[in-house]
Amino acid sequence: MMLDSILFYFFAVLAVGSAILMVTRRNAVHSAVFLISTLLATAGIFLQLQAEFLFVVQIILYVGGIMVLFVFVIMLVNLDVAVRQMKFNRQSWVAGLLALVLGGLAIVVFRSGGGAFNLMASPVTTMPPNAEQVGTVLFQKYFLPFEIASILLLVAMIGAVVMAKRKI
Amino acid sequence: MPFGITFDDIRPFIAPVIYALVIVAVLPLMAGYIVLLERKVMAHMQARMGPMRVGPHGLLQPIADAVKLLLKEDITPKNADALMFWLAPLLSVTMALLAYAALPFGPAFQIADLDVGLLFILAISSLGIYGIVLGGWASNSHYSLLGALRSAAQLVSYETAAGLALVSGLLLGGTLSMKGLVEAQDQQGVWFIFIAPFSFFIYLIASIAETNRAPFDLPEAESELVAGYMTEYSGFRWSLYFLAEYANMIVVSGIAVTLYLGGWMRPLSAVHMHIFGLPYELLDLLPALIFFGLAAWCSKLALRQGEQIQKLVMFLFVGMFLVLGAVMAWSLTSPSLMPGIHGAFWFIVKVLVYLYGFLWFRFTFPRYRFDQLMKLGWQFLIPLALVNLVMIGIAIVLVQQSGWPLAIAMIAANVVTLIVAFWLVRQGDKPMIAVLPAEDELPDVGPGEIR
Repeated sequence: MMLDSILFYFFAVLAVGSAILMVTRRNAVHSAVFLISTLLATAGIFLQLQAEFLFVVQIILYVGGIMVLFVFVIMLVNLDVAVRQMKFNRQSWVAGLLALVLGGLAIVVFRSGGGAFNLMASPVTTMPPNAEQVGTVLFQKYFLPFEIASILLLVAMIGAVVMAKRKI
Repeated sequence: MPFGITFDDIRPFIAPVIYALVIVAVLPLMAGYIVLLERKVMAHMQARMGPMRVGPHGLLQPIADAVKLLLKEDITPKNADALMFWLAPLLSVTMALLAYAALPFGPAFQIADLDVGLLFILAISSLGIYGIVLGGWASNSHYSLLGALRSAAQLVSYETAAGLALVSGLLLGGTLSMKGLVEAQDQQGVWFIFIAPFSFFIYLIASIAETNRAPFDLPEAESELVAGYMTEYSGFRWSLYFLAEYANMIVVSGIAVTLYLGGWMRPLSAVHMHIFGLPYELLDLLPALIFFGLAAWCSKLALRQGEQIQKLVMFLFVGMFLVLGAVMAWSLTSPSLMPGIHGAFWFIVKVLVYLYGFLWFRFTFPRYRFDQLMKLGWQFLIPLALVNLVMIGIAIVLVQQSGWPLAIAMIAANVVTLIVAFWLVRQGDKPMIAVLPAEDELPDVGPGEIR
């Protein structure tokens, strides 16, 4: 499908481009905006894979919740200091070299692996609504890990409240 | 066609694109007339006349305002962050308009019926906050920054309560699709406001707080912050913020109407009355009668106008209402068009009723203080929403597994919620830190602590 490819490359370029911009911007608020754009582009790719529940949850949780708090905190920080500081240290060429080696390795593995990678487009048949499927899997198959994770989050939340507030 | 795209490929996109164009074209006009309605309602509540000069009874005031805003000078402050200053109002208005993609204006008039429609609208409308936060930050002004911070804190606080209230409504509907929610209410034969009144009540308060409307309009409190996050904006960009605010109001009203007030269904849709041997139901005649009544009332007002041109404008409105009434009456004869047209009529009427509630609250309640706002959100609405959610869940299990009648289970659940609500109100009246020792008597935790 022509349209699918166009949309996929649009979202992919948007995600990668904003990710690069996020790292290179000097202003922290601009970085946050580009991170938001990366997350939104990723959500778009989820939607293309017909994972509409993941798409919506990605936007609600990461973009609508966590990033709002990020921006909230960044706005309270004195940005003038950060703008004058050096952003990259002098070993950046080492990192670049390592990234090149890793990229080369990935290409070699991909070329020699050949048919092991299934690069076909996702089936165009419409899938059943997957909000229910996610719920069923989460509350039946992975019930115990789910509960443990939620208790962990609760403990972290209470700990944060206790540390932040002396008088409770 | 180029690129191997055939007509069959684009056929499914034609109707949604037309719907989207209609919504984008009509919405600014509708927002303008809601502003006029707001000023008129405010004037009547304060025993004044309201706008009377531009057009008969101020009916052309929205158009004059729009022209004024478009012609005003567009100022960017010298030390503002130009890119973000430009982007912020655009974000606000884009996100507000995107949410309309899943809003069902009728059984036929909906751009896309998503399986996760309600979550999609919630997700998109929660992005509108970036317009406010970034705009307030980019203006490089203290008033704007404070307004933006207040807005972010307020939205994060009330989104939880609104979300929990919506979940208890969703449990009753058993689906996330906006269309499916209305159909569930149709099948169960009752609007969810009658079986989950507390969910509706919590959502009503939280939706007012989320759209930054009075009495929760602290982000733009004019007596403290000039205009909050919009202080440095002027002209067209300012009007984009305004458009986004009114578009968001319609979106939250649309969610409430779909989930609690039966969506596009006619009131008393289970009642079938026929009179004088007419083939139409009595209540289906209401839309046409309402429009003809409005036309008659407007022509009465038109005859009273002194100026010739005012008379002419008023008669134009008479003509508009007559045409709309005729469309409503004509659609009765066509069984294929009638559900769509009448559905859209009832949906818009319900949205307007909900919006009237917004206006009513604005002119009757004084603005909350910031700590009162936080206390209401965190110490009353969220606990109440949690209790309500658990109670409705229990009631649904009792109905489905133990075969209780729906009415009894729901009344029991709501009575428990009501008792908890009274208890929370009583707890709220007590001073919070009465039992704590004075500040200097507290034990010293050690150096480096943050007070």
